[in-house]
Amino acid sequence: MNRRDILRRSAAAGLLATPAAGLLSGCATAGGGDKNDADTYRGTKSAQNPLGVQEDAPLEVVIFGGGFGEEYAKAHEAMYTEKYPKAKIKHSSTQEISKTLQPRFVDGTPPDVVNNSGSGQIDFNGLVSQNAVADLGELLTAPSLDIPGKTVKDTLLPGAVEVGSYDGKFLVLNYTYTAYGIWHSAKLFADRGWSYAKTWDEHIALCKQIKAAGIAPWTYAGLHPRYMSWPLIATAIKFGGPSVATAIDNLEPNAWKSDAMRTAADAWHQIVKDKYILEGSPGLDHKQSQTAWCQGKAAFISCGSWLESEQKDVTPAGFNMTIAPTPSLGSGDKLPFEAIRGTAGEPFMVPAKARNVAGGLEYFRTMLSRKGAQDFTKKVASLTVVAGATEGVELPYGLTTVVKALDASGANGFNWVYNNFYRKLERNLVDAACGEFFSGRIGPAEFLEQCQKGADSIAQDSSIKKYKRAA
Amino acid sequence: MKHGKWPLIVTFLVPPVLLYVFFVVSPYLQAFQISTTDWLGYSADANPVGLANFKTLWHDDYVWNALKNNAILLGLVPVLTIVLGLFFATMLAMGGRKGRAGVTGVRGGALYRTVYFFPQVLSVVIIALLWKEVYHPNQGLLTAAVHAVGLPAPTWLGDPATAFWCVLAVMVWSNVGFYVVLFGAAMSAVPKEIYEAVLLDGASRFTTLRRVTLPLLWDTVQVAWVYLAIFALDGFILVQLMTNGGPNFSTDVIGVRMYDTAFGSETKFGYASAIGVVMFFLTLSVAVLSLRVGRRERIEYS
Repeated sequence: MNRRDILRRSAAAGLLATPAAGLLSGCATAGGGDKNDADTYRGTKSAQNPLGVQEDAPLEVVIFGGGFGEEYAKAHEAMYTEKYPKAKIKHSSTQEISKTLQPRFVDGTPPDVVNNSGSGQIDFNGLVSQNAVADLGELLTAPSLDIPGKTVKDTLLPGAVEVGSYDGKFLVLNYTYTAYGIWHSAKLFADRGWSYAKTWDEHIALCKQIKAAGIAPWTYAGLHPRYMSWPLIATAIKFGGPSVATAIDNLEPNAWKSDAMRTAADAWHQIVKDKYILEGSPGLDHKQSQTAWCQGKAAFISCGSWLESEQKDVTPAGFNMTIAPTPSLGSGDKLPFEAIRGTAGEPFMVPAKARNVAGGLEYFRTMLSRKGAQDFTKKVASLTVVAGATEGVELPYGLTTVVKALDASGANGFNWVYNNFYRKLERNLVDAACGEFFSGRIGPAEFLEQCQKGADSIAQDSSIKKYKRAA
Repeated sequence: MKHGKWPLIVTFLVPPVLLYVFFVVSPYLQAFQISTTDWLGYSADANPVGLANFKTLWHDDYVWNALKNNAILLGLVPVLTIVLGLFFATMLAMGGRKGRAGVTGVRGGALYRTVYFFPQVLSVVIIALLWKEVYHPNQGLLTAAVHAVGLPAPTWLGDPATAFWCVLAVMVWSNVGFYVVLFGAAMSAVPKEIYEAVLLDGASRFTTLRRVTLPLLWDTVQVAWVYLAIFALDGFILVQLMTNGGPNFSTDVIGVRMYDTAFGSETKFGYASAIGVVMFFLTLSVAVLSLRVGRRERIEYS
């Protein structure tokens, strides 16, 4: 080997090694330092422009392509460009929010508006604890776009701000207003001469009657059994008062084994024991169980108010799906029968490192205008958190029952947020426990024990940030 | 040739190696680095925590549960797939009865081979969705079949007692076809005279398979074994789509655990990387082990 060869070879080795070394230092965690102000868009605040939007700044919006589709968002974007004709909007829609956007968060170049929803949702606990979400406080105090004399906050339904708040900071705009209850077909009930039971004993008696008529009283999403945790917890809250929910949300010791939860679990165990659940339900996913219900194979199902639009394609005409609150356990209940779980859902956020944070907030203001909210309700048949935005909009049957139920519930409405604080607790741990309980493999005591074990494991995990909410 | 060597290497070898380093090696190395941090995945902040993630992992019941399931898969999927694959390939190659000396496959062998290969043509996602419907507890094919013979059907994917075995069956089903073709191709390379001689000596089909075919196919079987072992340690797509680890974690596998930790119910990328590193070493050891244990004399036909 002569000298030239050696030189050649080392040159070749260098050719290989240099880019490789460069690549290695470009680690996933190394990117995205702090940005300087020159990179962000900011305009001057004025009465016309309370959020300080730079009118020609581009805005990037990422929508979750789920049950609501993306057309409603395009309409909101059109409203935005109507006001800011020079702004260019980049719109995209995906079902995989976390996988698509995770690299961009790390890189420090996230979009300006993210509809963080669906099964690919990014866990908010992680996002919030990393300060990745912008504070939306300014939005609340800004005047409403088309409701004169009111701030955005004044136009929202009660509870809408609390749901998106972490340690008192409003970070997440939950745009839809969702009621959670027990659904039945008004047509089926009218045909058979049944009426929805207001107390648990009557409910069990009705189940007996329904089963005798050859229909399964209940079905549920066996592969996502957490759907059944909703009526069970609701029953407990109505029995023991809203503090039952606060205790669960704040991960208080033995919150899942409170008297109210125990009484509720014992009551719900009845439908398992007496075999009032459609056979095979534990093997059905949410679509399959909801379809079985729409086909009249079962009388009751637990779901949120998105059910109607989700089942649009398979619901027979005149089915008249109706939501109702969970039955009362007895006269000792702290909340009346009408009380129902109503909460803001469908989360939207502005990433803290977005270049056009002001534009993102302004986009939210557009969504929360009366015009924006009405358009949404018309397009996707779902309520928004904007109070009174359904006026003058013709609603489908199921949604009218939701509006009625929420009206009747009024100030007695309740909610819990542990599923927002600790996604894993509901999605994995309580979910698994519900699966065991409602398929009859474990009894109420073991069910609550398993839920409590899950909550304790979250409480003891120092890598998970804890949040508290006031009663 | 001497002068033409370097241009050749630079143009044809360097680009693929660079791509490989960039897209395969560097992420692996990064995973090792990330596994020693508490990175939560949505900011650039990651604090080194040493081996804390691995310590947590050691005490994580859900990880152990997933590993246990992977171990069962590792024990059963390769064996079942290879046994079935060998059986079908043998039947296709020499299962026919055509006189004492003739060595032919069963009638319609080409059709069978095509049918066995079907699952290989479908994407894994389609297979998962297809079987989800087959396992539908009320109107699924399987339920209907069991009801038809008058037996009560379980809820298949809805029952922890059956869900795991249902998924395992799909894993075997979706793999067998490929190995039938692989073994079939290897068998066709075995000289016919050997089989004719064996037949003349009066060996039964089973003896032929065990004493003659299998030793001659050993290399191929070994490769199949390594592939299937790696598949069994992963199993992610089928499990995630069919059950997502449920009910009550009965079908959980380590790949699902890793995915769920990073992209599912949490955003613990550091911890998920630690799971990935463990998976890396497990897969590596299984591959090396099965190659070592299976080492035998190579037979060459002249």
